[in-house]
Amino acid sequence: MNIMKYRPIFLIISSLLIIVSLFSIVKWGFRPSIDFAGGSVWEIKFSLDVSQDDLRRIFSDQNIDLNSISVSDHDYTLDFSNIDQSQKEALTSAIAVLDPEYYELRFETLGPSLGQELLKKTIFAVALSSLALLFFIGRKFSDFSFGASAVLAMLHDAFILIGSFSLLGHFFAAQLDSLFVTALLTTLSASVHDTVVTFDRIRELKRKNIKIDWVDLANQAVSEVIVRSINNSMTIIFMLFSLVLLGGQSTRWFAAALLIGVICGTYSSTAVAIPLVLLWKRKKQIK
Amino acid sequence: MGMSFICLIINLPTSIPVKIHLGKINWEHTFYRPDFSFNIGNYRFYKNLDLKFGLDLAGGASLVYSIDTASVSQENLPPALESLKGNIERRVNLFGLSEANVQLSSIGDQHRLTVELPGIEEISEAIALIGQTAKLSFRGETPVPPEATASATFYDLFSADTGLNGSHLLSASVEINPNNSQPEVALEFNAEGSQLFKEATEKYLNQRIAIFLDDYPVTYPTVQSVIPDGRAVINGNFDIKSAKSLAAQLNAGALPLPVELIQQTTIGATLGKDSISKGVYAGIVGLIIVSLFMIGNYGYLGVIADISLVIYGLITLTLYRLIPVTLTFPGIVGFILSVGMAVDSNILIFERFREEIREGKPWNIAMELSFGRAWDSIKDANTCTIITGLILFNPFNWDFLNTSGMVRGFAVTIILGIVVGIFTGVFVTRNLLRVFAKQNVKH
Repeated sequence: MNIMKYRPIFLIISSLLIIVSLFSIVKWGFRPSIDFAGGSVWEIKFSLDVSQDDLRRIFSDQNIDLNSISVSDHDYTLDFSNIDQSQKEALTSAIAVLDPEYYELRFETLGPSLGQELLKKTIFAVALSSLALLFFIGRKFSDFSFGASAVLAMLHDAFILIGSFSLLGHFFAAQLDSLFVTALLTTLSASVHDTVVTFDRIRELKRKNIKIDWVDLANQAVSEVIVRSINNSMTIIFMLFSLVLLGGQSTRWFAAALLIGVICGTYSSTAVAIPLVLLWKRKKQIK
Repeated sequence: MGMSFICLIINLPTSIPVKIHLGKINWEHTFYRPDFSFNIGNYRFYKNLDLKFGLDLAGGASLVYSIDTASVSQENLPPALESLKGNIERRVNLFGLSEANVQLSSIGDQHRLTVELPGIEEISEAIALIGQTAKLSFRGETPVPPEATASATFYDLFSADTGLNGSHLLSASVEINPNNSQPEVALEFNAEGSQLFKEATEKYLNQRIAIFLDDYPVTYPTVQSVIPDGRAVINGNFDIKSAKSLAAQLNAGALPLPVELIQQTTIGATLGKDSISKGVYAGIVGLIIVSLFMIGNYGYLGVIADISLVIYGLITLTLYRLIPVTLTFPGIVGFILSVGMAVDSNILIFERFREEIREGKPWNIAMELSFGRAWDSIKDANTCTIITGLILFNPFNWDFLNTSGMVRGFAVTIILGIVVGIFTGVFVTRNLLRVFAKQNVKH
């Protein structure tokens, strides 16, 4: 199987993905959840039809900025600024007038300072994971080109995941929350996971046949590993896909982020990490 | 080795399916979930094996307070924080929740207190009770004009504030009076409080001073002498129990540091139930697809992988119950994801196995070889996931990493999933295959 002849195509696909991600991040930015930005979310199940105007009036009476209302059936999700307990009680009693039978599904409020903290912790966690994985790869592959390629492939996946959430945020109101960060870190490890298996095979083959050309070597390794790589990703994708479709609202985006990450990770181990190694090796040969 | 695994395999199905039935499939139909016992080897477990659900699944409230530490010097801070925690725990206990949890944390010089109240319904009452600040006050008796006596309330009678309040009280404790063996409540004030208390006892000598806790009169002893050293005892008709409860009340009244609610999350119980049933449904559908996929790809090997996968699920669920792991919804996602990853070891092994067979090696040798060779890849690949899992789980509670229950819930199921997945994917599958191989040789 001569997969490495498709290297130009891989390059085009990856460049496109990165350009689209970059474009979306610059143009539309992100939709941070209250985890990062502070604010309140209130999910209420009403027993009767409540007009959105009435709800808006209640909030403007209390001088609270109501950002959005989204409705499915009688479930209302209200998104507004950070409030204190007395404001909450005022809202509760006003809502009880509209519908005494209302049921509070979820209420969350947090101040902006906590969001700042979470952001710091997030950046720290991503940095720490990258360093730990870098250290691991460095120890594992004393050959620098392997380590650097695995890390670049990992960053490629992370960037595309972040970019796709900028897109999903713009078109489908997906939010960045602490679970997204969790998915991001999981993506980092999944990406390296796949790459390591392929690299292991390349090293094994190289040991057997020291004279083999790098491109042939890569082709042989990939064709030996790719079935495993795809099959394994398929099982994970089946599980995540059924979660996205059937798992309910609260973690749909979390599962979606993991799904994107896993797909990217599988793709990049063959289509990004190995071509990068080849690029490195070829330069060396020319010298 | 092999025998013990087969032992485990034989043991599990007889006992655990009952649990699965109760825990999962009949979840909405039956509430009868008895305590459970089972054997592993010679060990017998008796334990309440109910799965523990986090706030997002069980419903409840999580409150984060920021603590104002401006009034306390650096060296007095640790005891002040501990006594704050103790006071809040006492208040929370009034709600009689078995799993309530109060935790201190800090980031930089900011101090936080997190209160988790699973299953609570009276959330606003809880917030009001927890957040109330030191409302302990000492008020002197004021003469009431005779003509107003009939209409005078207790509050009119004790309307002269002495300026003493909860912040002046260092501690209240129960002591036994050596003279008459009666329990008394001993109070100790700080320097400013001692001065105020001295002035008050001078002013109200032979009169009564009432102690109010949140505007509720706790007791109103008569001042018998001027007390200059900030140490007072309240005596009266106490038995040990009422004396202890008064001391606790006085301590609770004196919140040593002011707190402010900065984050509140409350989740209704129905939302959680809905999430559980949807998650379980998605998990089952995914599992069926994965099982079919494995059989389609690897034939009888796939069947064996599926058996290991079922054993994997049973072991993991058993561990959740035994440790116990508090399941959150991200945790369920982690579990479902880990099912997908658990098959990975088997896929690695089976692909190797195919290669060895293609090279013309006999069945038994190909099998043993493929397990040995795939092991390196399995080990390396899973190390990465465990590294990030540990960073997410933050086992040492580092302040600079996340401490969110949601994220940790995910991390813990992923880590457990990988460890158990390697065990079942390698050892259980191998033993199943060996049994299979023996039969093959016989025939």
